[in-house]
Amino acid sequence: MIAYARWKIALVALAVALGILLAVPNLFGEQAALQLARDRAEVLPGDRASLERLLADKGVADAGAFLDQGRLTLRFASTQDQLKARDLINDAYPHDYTIALSQASRVPEWMRNLGLNPLKLGLDLRGGVYLVYQVDVAGAVRQLLDHYEQDFRASLRNARVPYQDVLVDYPGYRVQVLFRDADGFAKGKEAILAESRNVTFTDTTVGGLPALQLALGAAQIKERQDYAVQQNIVILRNRLNSPELAVSEPQVARQGLDQIAIQLPGLQNSAEVKKILGKTATLEFRMVDETDNPVEAATSGHAPLGSKLYYTRDKQPVLLKREVVVTGDQLTDATFQPNTQDGAAVSVSLDSRGASKMLKNTQENIGHLMAVVFIDRSREKNADGVDVDRVTEEVINRATIRGVFSNSFQITGVNPIEGRELALLLRAGGLAAPLSAVEERAIGPSLGQDNIDKGVDAMVFGMLGAFLFMGIYYKVFGIIADVVLVANVVLLTALLSLVGVALTLPGIAGVVLTVGMAVDANILIYERIREELRNGISPRAAITAGFERAFSAIADSNVTAFIAGLVLWLLGTGAVRGFAEVLVLGIATSMFTSVMGSRVLVQLIYGGKRKVERLSI
Amino acid sequence: MEFFHKVTRFPFMNTRKVWYGLSAFLIIGSLALVGIRGLNLGIDFTGGVVIETGFPQAPNIEGLRAALTGAGIASAQVQAFGSSRDILVRLPPDLSANGAQAGAHILEVFHGMDPGVKLLRTEVVGPQVGQELFTKGAWALFATLVLIAFYVLVRFTPKLAVGAILAVLHDPICVLGFFAVTQMTFDLTAISAVLAVIGYSLNDTVIVFDRVRERARNARKLTIAQVIDESINQTLSRTLMTKLVTLLVVVALLIFGGETLHGFSAALVIGILAGTYSSIYISAAIALDFGLRTDDLLERKLTNPQEVDGLP
Repeated sequence: MIAYARWKIALVALAVALGILLAVPNLFGEQAALQLARDRAEVLPGDRASLERLLADKGVADAGAFLDQGRLTLRFASTQDQLKARDLINDAYPHDYTIALSQASRVPEWMRNLGLNPLKLGLDLRGGVYLVYQVDVAGAVRQLLDHYEQDFRASLRNARVPYQDVLVDYPGYRVQVLFRDADGFAKGKEAILAESRNVTFTDTTVGGLPALQLALGAAQIKERQDYAVQQNIVILRNRLNSPELAVSEPQVARQGLDQIAIQLPGLQNSAEVKKILGKTATLEFRMVDETDNPVEAATSGHAPLGSKLYYTRDKQPVLLKREVVVTGDQLTDATFQPNTQDGAAVSVSLDSRGASKMLKNTQENIGHLMAVVFIDRSREKNADGVDVDRVTEEVINRATIRGVFSNSFQITGVNPIEGRELALLLRAGGLAAPLSAVEERAIGPSLGQDNIDKGVDAMVFGMLGAFLFMGIYYKVFGIIADVVLVANVVLLTALLSLVGVALTLPGIAGVVLTVGMAVDANILIYERIREELRNGISPRAAITAGFERAFSAIADSNVTAFIAGLVLWLLGTGAVRGFAEVLVLGIATSMFTSVMGSRVLVQLIYGGKRKVERLSI
Repeated sequence: MEFFHKVTRFPFMNTRKVWYGLSAFLIIGSLALVGIRGLNLGIDFTGGVVIETGFPQAPNIEGLRAALTGAGIASAQVQAFGSSRDILVRLPPDLSANGAQAGAHILEVFHGMDPGVKLLRTEVVGPQVGQELFTKGAWALFATLVLIAFYVLVRFTPKLAVGAILAVLHDPICVLGFFAVTQMTFDLTAISAVLAVIGYSLNDTVIVFDRVRERARNARKLTIAQVIDESINQTLSRTLMTKLVTLLVVVALLIFGGETLHGFSAALVIGILAGTYSSIYISAAIALDFGLRTDDLLERKLTNPQEVDGLP
C-alpha cells in the first residue's frame, strides 16, 4: 500500500465536484433576449409579472426571465419572438422602458438564483464598442483656481478695498492677491475671509508688496481631479441609460488617474455613441410659479405669461418663473451631507456673482419654492444632415426657501440616495471637466463569433495534441495527466465564471497556454519517477519520491510565471488584462490539479495494490 | 515510449564558449535589426486607425488602394488580413482626429468597389494613448524582470541569479529580433506574450538550478562544472519534453488562432525556443563564469557565506 492522506483525496474530489457545478452553467448556450431598463429606476418584480402576462396573452411567451441589477432580461425561443415581443412591449408601455436586443444564457432560474452564472464574454468575442475617455483633470484644477480668482476680486470690489492685482499661477497651483499697502492688506484679508470660508491662506510678499496667497495642497488637487473623473462617470452612466442608446449591460469604470473606460456590448456604431455621450450639462436655479396650475398648463400646452413649463424626472409637470436666479457656472461646489439637523442635505457653494443674486432672491422669497433645473445639451444631425442642438431640461429638485442665504446654503428634504446623486448632478452641471475620446474599438458580432470559433479550434487541437502525446509517451500516467488536464480546464472555467472575469480572445490563448504549462508539472513529476526507477528504487517509493522531489521545482517555476502574470494583471488594460487574469488563475488551478489531482489518481490506481511490480510510465 | 533511455553526457560547460558566441550573435543581431529595420509597431503603440472589412469575394488590393488615393486618403496602408477576403486598412495617427468618420469614409469608398462589403472592426487609438500604452508595456517588462530577479536572488544565490537574469534577458531580445526580421505587427498582445515567455522560460532555468543545488549537496567529490553538466543532462529530458508539449499547444494557437493572435503566438513560439536554449546552454554557464562554487550552494544555515568566501 502507498500511504496518502484520505483528506487530500476528499479535498480533490470536493474541488472537482464544486468546479463541475460552477462550470455547468456554461453548457446551456444562449438565446435571443430582450433587456429592459427603466430610466434612472429599477425594474421591479411586479413589472416583470405584468410584462410576462402581456406576452403570454399575445402568444409570445418568454422562455425565461430574470432580474439583475434593476434590469429585466427576457429570453425567447426565436429571433422572431424576440422582435415581436419588443414591439408589443413598446406599444403597451410607451416610454416606460429602454429595450435592448441581446443574447442571454439558457441557464435555469434556480441555478442563477444560486449565483451560478456562465462566463462573461469580452467585447472581442461578443461584439461591441469599447471607448476610453480622457478627462481633462488639469483643466478642472485650472477652473477651480479661476473660480477663486473671480471670488477674490468680487469680495474686494464689494468691500471697496483697493488692491494691486490678483494673480493665478496655474503650474504652481496658487492664487495671489497683491495689495498696495499694509492697510489694504488687512482690510482685504478680512473681506476675503468673510466670504471664502473653508480655505486656508498664507501671508506673503510678492515683489515687495504684501500679498495673500492661496495654494492648493497635493490632497486638494487630487480631490479636485477625483471629483472631475467621478462626476463625469455619473454623467456618462446617466447618458448610457438614455433610450436613444438601448444598450444591454453598459459598463463604465475609471481607468488609471484620469481616464474612463466604457464597454457597450452589442453596439456597432461608435460615432453614434460618442455623439450621445459627448453632451454638455449645466443647471439653473429658478423660482417655482406657485399661483398657476401646472397640470392645466401641461394639458393645454400653454404656460401662463412669465412662466415656463417643465417636467420633473418622474414626468410631473412644474411651472417655473422665466427669470433665472443662478446658473450652473456660478456654482463652485456641491457636497452631500447625510447627517444635518434637518436630515440628509446637499450643501451648495456659489461664487460671488451667484451669491449676491441668491442673497437678493432669498430676501424677497422666504417660504417660497425654488427649483433646480438640469439641462443636457447635445449636438445631433437631423434628417437633412444639419447639426441641431438638442436640449433636455428637467427639474431635479424643488425645495422651500427657509432663510436668507448667499454663497453657501443647503438643500434639505432629500433622501440619502437622491441626495448623493443630486450633489453629483449639481457639480456635473456646474463644472464638468472636458472629456475627449482617446481610444475606440468597435468589433462586429460576426467577427466576435469568428474569434470564438478560432479560439475554440486552437484550444481543441492544442489540447488534442497534448493529450495524444502524453498518452503515447507516458501510457497510463499520461492518461492520468490527460484526465487532470480536463479537470484543470473545468476548474479554470469554474473560477473564471465565479470571479466574473470576462473571457477575451487573448484570454482563450491564456487557457491554451495554461494547458501547456499544466502538462509541464506532470512531465516534471513523471520524469522524476522514471529517473528514480532507473536508479533502482521500487515503483512504490519512486511514486512517493517523484511527487515529493518534483514539487519544489514545480513551485519555483510556477512562481516566476505567476509574477509575470500578476504584473500584467496590474498594469494591463483591456485585452492584455484578460490574458493576465486567465494566466494567473490558470497557474493556480494547474498547480492544484497536476500536483494533488494527479497524485490522487495515481493513488486510486496503484495505491490499493499490495505489490506494485512495474509502473506503466 | 522514451526518448532518453540513458542519461546523456553532453559536455555543456566545456563547450560554453561556443554557446556564448551563438548567443552574442543572436543578441547583437537582434538589437542591430531592431535598430536598423525597426519594429512594425501596431496602432496600440503608434496611435492611428485600423479598419477591418470583409468582402464577399477577394478584392483587388491594388484597386482598393487606387480608389482610396482617388478619394484623398493616400496615406492608408491596405493589406489582406488572415484571408484574402478580409482587408485591413491602417491610417497614420495624424488622420485619426476623427477616426470613426475616417472609417465610415473608407467603407463608403469600398462600398463603391463592392456593395457587399461589411465593416468588421474599427479601432482608433489616440497618439497620446499609444505613447502611454508603450510606456506601460516597458514598465511591465522592467517590473517583471526586477521581481523575478529578486525572487531568484532570495531562492538561490546571487551568482545563480545573475545567470538566470542574463539568460532570461536573452529571450525577449530574440523575440524582438524576430519581429524586426519578419516585420510582423508588434502590439500589446505581443508584449504580453513576451512577459509570459519571461516568466515561463525561467521555469527551465529554475529546474536546472534546483538540480544543481541538490547535486552539489549530495556529490561533494565532483567539481562544480561537473555538477552543472550532470544536472543539465539529468534534467534534459524533462526540459525538452515540457517544451515540446507547450510548443505543440502554442503552434496550434499559431495555426488556428487566427490573424489577431498571430503576433502573440509567434512571440510565444520564438520565446519558448529561445528560453529553452538559454536555460540549457547559457544560464548555468554564466553562473559558473561568475565564480559559482560548490560551497555557495551548501545549506546556508551551517556556514556564514562570507566566511565561506574567505576560505582557500
